[in-house]
Amino acid sequence: MSERMLTMSEALREAMAIAMEERPEVFILGEDIGIYGGAFGVTGDLYHRFGSERVRDTPISELGIVGAAVGAALSGMRPIVEIQFSDFTAQAMDQIVNQAAKIHFMVGGGLHVPLVLRAAAGSGTGAAAQHSQSLEGWFANVPGLKVVIPSSPYEAKGLLLSAIDDPNPVIFMEHKLLYKIPGREAVPEGAYRIPLGVSRVLREGQDLTVVATGIMVSRAMAAADQLEKEGVFLTVIDPRTISPLDMGPIYASIEKTGRLMVVQEAPEHGGFLNEVIAKVATGPALGYLLAPVVRLAGMNIPIPYAPQLEKAAVPQVEDIVSRAREVVANWR
Amino acid sequence: MTTAVLKTGDPLASQENARYALLTMSRIRKLEEAVEDLFGRGMMHGTMHLSIGQEATATGVCMALEVSDQITSTHRGHGHCVAKGADLTSMIAELLGKESGYCHGRGGSMHIADVATGNLGANGIVGGGIPIAIGAALASKMLNRGTVAVSFFGDGAMNEGAFHEAANLAAIWKLPVILVCENNGYGMSSSTDLAFAINTLAERGLGYGIPGFTVDGNDVAAVYEATRIAVARAKAGEGPTLLEFVTYRWKGHSRSDKNLYRTKEEIDEWKKKDPILFFEHLVRDKNLLSDVEIAEVHAEATAQVIHAVNEAMKGVPADPAGLLAAVFKDLDSKEVSS
Repeated sequence: MSERMLTMSEALREAMAIAMEERPEVFILGEDIGIYGGAFGVTGDLYHRFGSERVRDTPISELGIVGAAVGAALSGMRPIVEIQFSDFTAQAMDQIVNQAAKIHFMVGGGLHVPLVLRAAAGSGTGAAAQHSQSLEGWFANVPGLKVVIPSSPYEAKGLLLSAIDDPNPVIFMEHKLLYKIPGREAVPEGAYRIPLGVSRVLREGQDLTVVATGIMVSRAMAAADQLEKEGVFLTVIDPRTISPLDMGPIYASIEKTGRLMVVQEAPEHGGFLNEVIAKVATGPALGYLLAPVVRLAGMNIPIPYAPQLEKAAVPQVEDIVSRAREVVANWR
Repeated sequence: MTTAVLKTGDPLASQENARYALLTMSRIRKLEEAVEDLFGRGMMHGTMHLSIGQEATATGVCMALEVSDQITSTHRGHGHCVAKGADLTSMIAELLGKESGYCHGRGGSMHIADVATGNLGANGIVGGGIPIAIGAALASKMLNRGTVAVSFFGDGAMNEGAFHEAANLAAIWKLPVILVCENNGYGMSSSTDLAFAINTLAERGLGYGIPGFTVDGNDVAAVYEATRIAVARAKAGEGPTLLEFVTYRWKGHSRSDKNLYRTKEEIDEWKKKDPILFFEHLVRDKNLLSDVEIAEVHAEATAQVIHAVNEAMKGVPADPAGLLAAVFKDLDSKEVSS
């Protein structure tokens, strides 16, 4: 196996190609995913490899697209919907929340919806408030949806293949800044699957447990590199899926470090990181905490446009570094 | 026996077909009358949306379909469910919140689906089933199944964005789907006169490149014939058809309805156009069924519904113990904490 360093776009494309080769019922639908290759280039050449039926361009019609995917999923297909910007899921919310998420439960188990909804999420591209949100918390609050947030090309490929295998609707939130960046680890050729609902401990350090999702994972890793030089050692945990959520490694790590920081790009109020904190507060690791939990999240504002404003709105590496340094120094 | 095997064919083509059409309409009406009675006596909870007066549309449409053809239904979906061949006992059991109900008590009236008869489910969201039917038709086309999908929806749904997006996708992809609008005159309390600025709802098809037809929805034979033509078009690869069936709901929208938005005279006028009575006249005139045979059909429907209610009553109440495990299919992921 060669040591291939792919971008997340390439890794996602590879996963979709593998799935389409493995299963004739897998197809992709979305806006500009055909000849155009996707707004962020994720589908790339798949249209030429698999044809217009299976890499299906749609009109700008998010509710219709997701609804068609739900109906197809109920009828033997495994659709992958690409939503150009996760903000546009708002247009399709009825089909995601009232239909896809609930059908299996409501009808008593006779039907199921094997559907993957991939969406480009997050800020950092200067696209302002309607093209930059991190909405994963919306979906995590809807029983019946699984919510995946890949943090690297390696994770993206393995998680997407598992999401496509899953018999339930899976929301797959891809941070758009990650699309073009090669990851820290090689992406194996061929199929491999990362199970949904298993947190990953990326590095272990004795001083502070950092739980981060999506792009915040790489920022937490960069912060950990920096702090290591100062003699502060971080454990970084990527839950990878926020629904279902695997708390085991988080509890285990808190027992060792006694300190917890949770980092997300989404606004703090009502955000998913609060669920992690609530579980810690009500779970087996509470007694091990030596310090107040650190919440590091996006400001409670729409994502602004100007680069310095946009950057200020969400946690950066230096924020993680300073808050981590502070909590470790103040709570010995 | 409370299940009927779907019969395909013209309601007026034979005595057998006429009998089936009348029995189906009668089963729908008796079932809904029983449901209304059970609600009235406090034996059912929640809400209910009755389709009494609209039985011909469900029956006529489904008689033009095969069992393998799929439907999506609405909050007012008991008739579609019965006409597609659902089991009455499992339906009533669901409404009674029994474990033996179609949804094991998790869905109730607005969420009954029946995979065996191609019923992808009623829907509590107005217009929610239309894009789903488009997807079912897309799957049929991609898998070369040769089946059609029918989306039942009311006049109210035609003003939802879901109708617009679904109709457009159906048209551009030439999908084997039939958009069936049951125009019963009211979206809850708003009349079609207030909610539309067009003469017939079928005209909307033009804007999508979909042929649209307005048909008497209380004439089961006319409903069948219009649907048959639409099915033939769909199966020939000619794409979707929009059918507007003009009908009327005799009962209120739901239990809370005090009928303040329409007159008793209007309701009485429509009761004279009872689809069941209309069909009885027709089959008598055509010597397909005698008065005695007609009475026998209704007695059979009544007996089936009584049997279904009695059987359903025997079921055990739905069990909360299974709820968490029912959210996902094959819950195999490791949820360490909860």
